[in-house]
Amino acid sequence: MAKKQNILSVFLNGLVTENPTFVLMLGLCPTVGVTTAGSSGLGMGLATTAVLVCSNLFISLLRNFIPEKVRIPSFIVIIASFVTIVDLFLQAFLPDLSSALGSFVALIVVNCIVFARAEAFAFKNSPLLSIADGLGMGLGFTGAITILAVIREVFGNGTCFGVSLMPAAYQPMAILVQPVGGFITLGLLLIVVNALRNLASKKSARKEAA
Amino acid sequence: MSEYLVVFIGYLLMNNYVMGQTLGLCPFMGVSKRYDTAKGMGMAVIFVITLASFVTWLVNEYLLLPFGLEYMQTIAFILVIAVLVQIVEMALKKMLPVLYQALGVYLPLITTNCVVLGVTLDNASAEMNLLMSTFCGFAASVGFTFALLLFACIREKLALSKMPKWMDGFPGALIAAGLMAIAFKGFSGLSF
Repeated sequence: MAKKQNILSVFLNGLVTENPTFVLMLGLCPTVGVTTAGSSGLGMGLATTAVLVCSNLFISLLRNFIPEKVRIPSFIVIIASFVTIVDLFLQAFLPDLSSALGSFVALIVVNCIVFARAEAFAFKNSPLLSIADGLGMGLGFTGAITILAVIREVFGNGTCFGVSLMPAAYQPMAILVQPVGGFITLGLLLIVVNALRNLASKKSARKEAA
Repeated sequence: MSEYLVVFIGYLLMNNYVMGQTLGLCPFMGVSKRYDTAKGMGMAVIFVITLASFVTWLVNEYLLLPFGLEYMQTIAFILVIAVLVQIVEMALKKMLPVLYQALGVYLPLITTNCVVLGVTLDNASAEMNLLMSTFCGFAASVGFTFALLLFACIREKLALSKMPKWMDGFPGALIAAGLMAIAFKGFSGLSF
């Protein structure tokens, strides 16, 4: 029972408490780069999650065999292999998504989230916990960039996952789907998230005091 | 000669990797708090990317293409970059200790700078010759450094100004970066 609790808390830690995008501020390039449409945000998030879960699992399984000194190059090879698999998979089965994401799929290799979890978590913990961590972190990342992508798509293009949402008279703010919009929307979203986190911590402090 | 100039100005202003393609944002946000560190990082990036463009072109042309291993590009390139960074670090330490002191701390961080991998992958898919490929790497890294230095100047001023509490730190910096990206967007109308 205690172990189950543990897996759940590791999962929630990645999803909420240490959300890679909103709290740790890792993996900024895809966060700003591919979030021009809801579908590419979601696709990028899920691709990263797949790589993260697989690399976490394998690094955790191999953690007793990889010497401490060559761990970084080993991580790179393991992560790069899974990225190549995901890249080829997307090219074969989801060519539209693959061309929308462009070189950002290959660049999952250098996404700091994947690397940081390998170093900080998977190399020190059991395979089961590492999978939970990968899933939590990956889905936390997916959720965050999908929210960002939907905001940008709705206001910048008037659609949500390709479905027209705004009235015909709505003039889309084209700047939002440019890199400019990515920076500014993420900045504004962070302000909102920080405010919510402040509120939550104040509430829990009050609860403890009472 | 003129095509080199076009490539250089393109990567510096119109197609700037940071502002136009949003690559390399982690170091862009991470080391831009002080101008001095930004300068060190920028120089190290120029050095490594130029070298990496040269080496990955050779690897791609003589190792991957003849054996039909293009799908291994990502793995091969990231390994080349990681090894290169390590070699550069050791070589500098031994031969140019002064330069090592200036750049040393930034070198390991460059392996996970996505501009390096992005530039080399773009070069490989564009099928250029060795000289052009190396030059593209150089131009792209100068563009990265240019944006990084400008942003560091802005952030030094930003740190001194009174910001609303909820905008202090990352949110404010991101919005400042967005405003800078608007300025770079203005250059996209340039054509030769």
